[in-house]
Amino acid sequence: MSGPTLEVAGLRTHFFTRQGVVKAVDGVSFEVHPGRILGLVGESGSGKTITGFSIMGLVDPPGRILEGEIRLKGRSLRALSPAEWQAVRGDRIAMIFQDPMMTLNPVLRIDTQMIEAVRAHAGVSVQAARERAREALVRVGIPSPDERLVAYPHQFSGGMRQRVAIAIALINKPDLVIADEPTTALDVTIQGQILAEVQKLCRESGTALIWITHDLAVIAGLADEVCVMYAGRIVERGTVDQVLDAPLHPYTRGLLDSVPSRNRPGAPLRQIPGMTPSLLALPQGCAFRSRCRRATETCLSDPPLYPLGDRQVRCFHPIHAEDEAEVE
Amino acid sequence: MLVFVIRRLLQSAVVLFAMSLLVFLGVYAIGNPVDILINPNADQEDIERAIKGLGLDKPLWEQYLVFLRQAAEGNLGKSFAFNVPALQLILERMPATLELATAAMLIAVAVGLPLGLWAGLKPDSFAGRSIMAGSILGFSLPTFWVGLMLIMVFSVYLGWLPSNGRGPTTDLFGVPVSFLSWDGIRHLIMPATNLALFNLALVIRLTRAGTREALLQDYVKFARAKGLSDGRVIGVHVLKNISIPIVTITGLQFGTLIAFAIVTETIFAWPGMGKLIIDSINVLDRPVIVAYLLIIVTLFIVINLAVDILYSVLDPRVRLSDAKA
Amino acid sequence: MTPPVDSPAAITEDAALAAPAEAAIAVPGAAEESPFRRIAADFAASRLALLGLALFALVVLCAVLAPLISPQNPYDLAQLDVLDSRLEPGSRSGDGKLLFWLGTDDQGRDMLSAIFYGLRISIGVGVAATLCALAIGTSLGLAAAFFGGRADSFIMRVADIQLSFPAILIALILLAVLGQGVDKIIIALIAVQWAYYARTVRGSALVERSKEYIEAARCLALPARRIVFRHLLPNCLPPLIVVATVQVAAAITLEATLSFLGLGLPITEPSLGLLIANGFTYMLSGKYWISFFPGVALLLTIVSINLVGDQLRDVLNPRLQR
Repeated sequence: MSGPTLEVAGLRTHFFTRQGVVKAVDGVSFEVHPGRILGLVGESGSGKTITGFSIMGLVDPPGRILEGEIRLKGRSLRALSPAEWQAVRGDRIAMIFQDPMMTLNPVLRIDTQMIEAVRAHAGVSVQAARERAREALVRVGIPSPDERLVAYPHQFSGGMRQRVAIAIALINKPDLVIADEPTTALDVTIQGQILAEVQKLCRESGTALIWITHDLAVIAGLADEVCVMYAGRIVERGTVDQVLDAPLHPYTRGLLDSVPSRNRPGAPLRQIPGMTPSLLALPQGCAFRSRCRRATETCLSDPPLYPLGDRQVRCFHPIHAEDEAEVE
Repeated sequence: MLVFVIRRLLQSAVVLFAMSLLVFLGVYAIGNPVDILINPNADQEDIERAIKGLGLDKPLWEQYLVFLRQAAEGNLGKSFAFNVPALQLILERMPATLELATAAMLIAVAVGLPLGLWAGLKPDSFAGRSIMAGSILGFSLPTFWVGLMLIMVFSVYLGWLPSNGRGPTTDLFGVPVSFLSWDGIRHLIMPATNLALFNLALVIRLTRAGTREALLQDYVKFARAKGLSDGRVIGVHVLKNISIPIVTITGLQFGTLIAFAIVTETIFAWPGMGKLIIDSINVLDRPVIVAYLLIIVTLFIVINLAVDILYSVLDPRVRLSDAKA
Repeated sequence: MTPPVDSPAAITEDAALAAPAEAAIAVPGAAEESPFRRIAADFAASRLALLGLALFALVVLCAVLAPLISPQNPYDLAQLDVLDSRLEPGSRSGDGKLLFWLGTDDQGRDMLSAIFYGLRISIGVGVAATLCALAIGTSLGLAAAFFGGRADSFIMRVADIQLSFPAILIALILLAVLGQGVDKIIIALIAVQWAYYARTVRGSALVERSKEYIEAARCLALPARRIVFRHLLPNCLPPLIVVATVQVAAAITLEATLSFLGLGLPITEPSLGLLIANGFTYMLSGKYWISFFPGVALLLTIVSINLVGDQLRDVLNPRLQR
């Protein structure tokens, strides 16, 4: 089997603001293989979106990638010049954003926005680019594509717009797609359709996909591997079955427990006590320490990412099978 | 879309009526219409005949109707000073003013848009900051004083440009214009630049603010994520978004330019409507004053209407709001 | 908009006159620092704005102290000697007693003195007109917001129509009808400005009106006038201050332009505009100082006001507080 499509090693992206340094991404490493889907899970402020932007090289000041290796099919992305970046973005790596109303330019037609995505990377004629755009719309399941092409973004519904965004992302058959919460703003039924389509497209074309979300249910149905992020770091990593059926990290456990359907009817809903720490002032040692039932003095030092079988966990007291009995 | 146009037309008609009423009241009720419309040098008999002829002995509302009827026919009185119909006098001078205002608007946009774009893209650079400081100067400087200084520098000291008058004119589609000859351009440059100054500052500030705001938008990030070149991101994506408000505001400013031309034409002795009105006020040629006010109010309403329609055409969100998919 | 007074105590204690204005711009948690001090500190962050403020203070000082600091009273005909006319800057008067720093005009008036007196009139007229327009416009705007319905549409419709015409045109129409004179100029300037204040106040007032503290005041059955002036108005002040500052500069410029055109103040009250107009005919023969220096004085006045206004706008805009 060929090597991984994407390798991230020790990524550190910090924001140098007037109030201090925000360690948005603080030592993140993972891999994604061709045709596989990686779920990047975490709540707001966990650093997952910034991870996505860092991979794309779209971190704006006052943010900066301090260190880390990012390799796309073995090629180092951090060493790219701006001209090389322009060639890579949209062609080898594509991104889907959360709100398609804001990401599609409201005053330009859909075909303009799709054709330019093609012609920025291939010297084809306008008609040929238009054909590709039309095919892309068909592939994401948009009916009457010719009418849609000459329309403007505001004439579409939310689900339709997001499909257009997906079509644009896939139009140049990139090696990697980074999707940043693309279905958060949509109805559940539409969400289901889009998830199914994205999964199919990735399997068919061998595109690797990173799906960033806070919603565990989405990950359960979509991803192959999962990375759980907390306070700028990966706290657990494994296949989706491993992580969701038998979570190792107390935070992952807490996330799963707080899903309402996993609670007994009539019993009080379980929550993770406390709040995510501000990234400006992270506590000493494990960032989850103040909210964790299992915390001890050991947790005052920084836990590294331990391998546990073919999984990884950043915890001094990971949950094992026998601990499950402790859960009330 | 059609509904929108019709509605705006009706609104404009209402405003036109209201303004005509105001001018009428100003002339007939507040001012002394006898003085305003009848040449004071006429003798008593002529005055009384004129009073009857103008219907000044009738009740006020009847006079207003007469006024409206005459205005619709194009009869806005006869100039005291020139003894020709006031309307004709003004229409003769209109092309000169329109030429001046158009040249000023073109200068303001052609120079202001790129400068504002630059200041918006690099706000903290030396160039960016100088452009902003310059723009404050641009709308703080009193236009008339700048005109004087321009004359002083370019006409008196350097002797490069003529200090007054309009260049030789040629007819373009039946309208006399002066920019087709080099001499004409020489006469046009200073007054047009002088008139453009305030608008130039405005366009710079608008463009800068619009650019800064646009750059923060998601669609710019998305465009970069598609791998588009910076030139395309700014030249197409950003520009198309900011051009809509800028075009509309500049369009609305056209009317203001015509009004401010009064000052510029006075300084540079440019033979347009503005100079006419000042001269008329000075010699108390009141029919011309009344005619000018009515015409310029109409011009304004037409410009506002045209800009409204232009805006709805340019912004697809407005244009296609009834065609939701 | 700015956070409102939201403690019922402030409303019931009618004696707490100072509370609405201060607490109006207070930020929860920053109760210790007076809002005026915070605004002053923010304002002072820009050196350019401070320069503008200093310049404006200087200009106003010159204007107010004109009779005391002018070498000559330019409007006392006894002091003028027509043989001193059109002298270059730096020349001396015929009898050697006066040094004409900035030259003389066609009547032998010392330009420096004429400028000081002219500043007085220019600034005086501009500020007076702005204050009156502020009072009238604010009242109308508050009335429109508070009473709503027909009154609101009518007032705003008139304001909108007026704002769609350029100021110089409206002033021209009014002056052509009313004639010349200081009072008529001020009326014209007021007529041109009031709509800005009315619209601004109405906008803020509508936002504030729906907030809870006004409902609370209404529940306590405080009279309308009190609600409007004691509680609504102070929260609408910040944008008003910004608009008023900019409008003072606009009023001064407009008056100067009208005077230059011969439609403004009469010769007995020469503002800077008239001084510049006087020098117009001498420009072509190279006697630039008669128009140049009054223009510079006008320029400095307006630039300083605009610098201050720009910074005030940034400082008082809560959306820019990061």
